[in-house]
This record gives sequence, structure tokens and C-alpha cells, in this order.
Amino acid sequence: MLSLENVSAGYAGFQALFGVSLEVRAGESVAVIGPNGAGKTTLLRLISKLIDPTAGEIRFEEKSLKTVPPHAVVSRGIAHVPENRRLFPRLTVEENLRMGAFTSRRQFEQRKEVVYGLFPRLQERKDQAAGTLSGGEQQMCAIGRALMSGPKLLLLDEPSAGLAPVVVQSIFELVRRICAEGYTVLIVEQNIRQVLKVVGRAYLLDAGKIVQSGKAADLMNSKEIQKAYLGL
Amino acid sequence: MEIFDVFLLEAILNGLLLGGLLALLSLGLNLIFGVIDVVWICYAELIMCGMYTVYYLHVQYHWPLIAAMAAAIVLVAVLGVALHQFVIRPVLSAEPINQLLVTGGVLFFLQAAATLAFGVDFKNLGVSLPPVRLGEMSFSAARLVAFGAAIAGVLGLYVFLNKSYLGTAIRAISQDRAVMPLMGVDPGRVFVITSAIGGALAGLGACLLVLQYDVHPAIGLSFGPIIFLICVLGGLGSMVGGLVAAFVFAQFISVGGFFFAIEWGYVIAFAFFIAMMFVRPQGFFKR
Repeated sequence: MLSLENVSAGYAGFQALFGVSLEVRAGESVAVIGPNGAGKTTLLRLISKLIDPTAGEIRFEEKSLKTVPPHAVVSRGIAHVPENRRLFPRLTVEENLRMGAFTSRRQFEQRKEVVYGLFPRLQERKDQAAGTLSGGEQQMCAIGRALMSGPKLLLLDEPSAGLAPVVVQSIFELVRRICAEGYTVLIVEQNIRQVLKVVGRAYLLDAGKIVQSGKAADLMNSKEIQKAYLGL
Repeated sequence: MEIFDVFLLEAILNGLLLGGLLALLSLGLNLIFGVIDVVWICYAELIMCGMYTVYYLHVQYHWPLIAAMAAAIVLVAVLGVALHQFVIRPVLSAEPINQLLVTGGVLFFLQAAATLAFGVDFKNLGVSLPPVRLGEMSFSAARLVAFGAAIAGVLGLYVFLNKSYLGTAIRAISQDRAVMPLMGVDPGRVFVITSAIGGALAGLGACLLVLQYDVHPAIGLSFGPIIFLICVLGGLGSMVGGLVAAFVFAQFISVGGFFFAIEWGYVIAFAFFIAMMFVRPQGFFKR
């Protein structure tokens, strides 16, 4: 469904990714794990076309995304839950969801029911300004907003970041449910131990390069990962 | 001596009518600032262009007044888009002071161009509506019409911003511009639409002003500062703040003018503004 071939990218005077290749097949849940500053967020920003690669190619459903402008990526079927959630704080929960459905307004009512079914808490707070929600609720709202576009591929950027430990648990439970619902998910996370429990496959990204990849269970048991990242 | 002064009431009601008009005038400027984060210092000069349009189409070319007004609203909306595309967009990421200066340049450009094209004399639309009498009080019909149209404009914008997808996107973009592409929204397009709406509001303001005032190249200077100060007083970018500030300001002008002389109204209103900048520099409502 999604493939990156030898993709490099960077910001002015600084290269963040070096020849990254990865693949996500339909129905899969895939994680990109790695420490802070490894280039995980850059990777997702590339796929959403918020930045352009300096080399390599990104293909979605066999078509290159090269000439697709950033605002046209959503209608191709890719929804991105950005780092730090980035809700519209002074819009209500329901207005945030409406923004998620900006390109598919006819399906708004129907998808809203699906999202409220998934997150009943959001329905209780639908008329509340999103900025007044708790961290966990904001993450639900951000994921709900992304689901409103009816994506084929859901990109999640550090959904557990900045949340209290008890909330982190429930967020990963949520991610597990979303994967089980049949969504294709690409998630980047620092919380390696937790994310490897909910996805099928994973890539380890370090200093802008993919250094290891495989089934989540295998990575979990890998000596290197245990030593370097899990502190075992 | 009467307990109740009917002329004071008249002044208060006139202040209310003026407040509605000022509210509409400040709305467009506030919308632009709230969404694009740029102050159109030349906003009142766009209004002037609209007033000249109504005047020339109606007086010179004998268009029906309503048609001339509709044309003026469309024309100023187009001017708003042109202003955004050719002047604002190139400096969108520049320092705020540069953005201010460049729209300031447009202010004097439009003023000088109007002098060149239309001369310095005052032009009167020649439409006079009879005053409306209410007991001992008398109100200008033009003011009543302006008030009604201004309130309709304010309500229309409110409904648009709150009920439509595009309106919601306009509010959203003022809160987080960078995330908009992820919603499938092209921020550049929203800016153009917002500029058109801001221009159309200036055009509507022009239609209402030209009923009450003669048009001349410097007329923008009599409204521009007031409109800008109202926006600042309410909290730049806050629509609700702008509305409240417009009515407060108008009362100072009208009631202040009643107690002293009409010129005093403005002096008191601006003194109040300066005092408020010490007490509450962020305005009534912070965005």
C-alpha cells in the first residue's frame, strides 16, 4: 500500500533521513521505533508531503506522491495524527471532527457515529472546546479527527507522548483496537516496549537510518534492542 | 426640570446606531487580522474605493442605487483579493513591521491615486432620506438603514463562520495554520477567500457610509484610525471584542458629544482609548 524507496530528507543544513526504505501492506499495523531525534517525525511528515524528500521515492497504492500537494494527500486516503495532537483548541470537539471531514463532508454524520462509537467520551464532550479536554481525551479527539476522513492509511506520531503513565496504557489499548478494526496503521513511537505489543511489524530507526526490521515479537526479543533501548 | 432628558436618550440611541456601523467596519479588519495575522492599515482606503464606485455608477452612469452598491461590494472584494495576492502574500513571512509598512504604503498610494483620478472635491451621492421622528427625538434614516445592514452583516458572518465548513476552517486556520494541510485544506486558498470576505465587508461599509458622508480622497483618514483603534480596544482578532468596543466607542463619541460639543466626543473617546491601553493593553477580549 505504502512504500518508501531510498528516501533521504532534511531541513536547511541538516540531513535527517539517509536512504530509508520501508513498506506497509494493506491491513497491517507497522511501527517505526527509535530514540528521540532519530527522524521518526520527519518520516511521517514526508509521507504527508509536509516536506519533500531530497532523494528517493514515496509511493502510495502504486502511485508516486511526488507531485501531490500537501492538502491533496488526505483525499488520497492518508490521514496523519501529528505530534502533540495539534487540535484546534478553541473549536469544539465536534468542530474538530468536522475539520477532519473537510474533504468528505457527505460522510460526516455517518463517520461521526463511528468515531463516537469508538470514543464515547468524545460524544459526551462534543460541545466542549478541544483545548479544555484532558491529554488522553485530546489524543482520542486527534485520532477521531483523522478517522473522519475515512483513511486507508492512518499515520500516528507518538500518540503516547506527554501523557500520564496510566493514560499511556489506555492509548495503546486504543491503538490496538484501531488496528483490530482493520485500519492500516503506521505508528512512530519512542515507547518501544508498549508499541511492540500492539503492532505486527516494526522498523528500528536510529540516526536517520533503518538499522533493524522484522516482526514485532522478534524485535522485542532482539538482544540489541533489549540492551540499547529497553535497558534489560 | 425634567427627570428624564429626551435628548440624552436620543444621543444614546444615536450612539447605538453609530456603534452598529463601526462594528461592521471593524469586523472585516478583525477577520483579516484574526485569520491571516496581517493588519490591513489601508482598510479605510478600500472603503473609499467602494464609496467612489457607488458614487460614479449611480450619479455619473445612472445605475440604480442598489445595483451600484452591489457592484461596489463585488469590486472591493476583488480589491481585497488583489491586495492579498500582490501585496500581502510576498511579505507573509516577513516581520510584522514590514507588513504594516507595506499596507501603509498602499494606504497613501490609494489616497494619491484617488486624488489623481477623482480630484480633491467632496462628492455627494445626492440621495437624502427623510429623518425618522420618534416623539421628540429625530433619527437619520440613513443611520437606521446603516445600523440594520450592519447588524445583518454581523449576523451573516457569524452564521457563516460557525455553521459552514469553510467558516469553521477560517476559524481553525487562525488557531493552527501549519496543521491545515493535514485536514485537506489549502491555507493559501482560505486566505484568498478570507481576503474576499474582508473586502466585501469593506464594500458593504462603503455603501452605508456613502449614504451619510461625502466622498473625497482623504475620507479614509476620518474612519481608518477609529476602525483600527476599535479593533485594538476589543483585542485585535477578537470579533466579539471588536463588537463590544465599537458600541463602547460610539457611546463615548455620541454621549460625550452631547454633554460637551460634538468635537469633544472624539477627544474623550481617544483619551479613553489611551487610558485603556495602560489598563488593559491586550484589549477587552484577548484572542
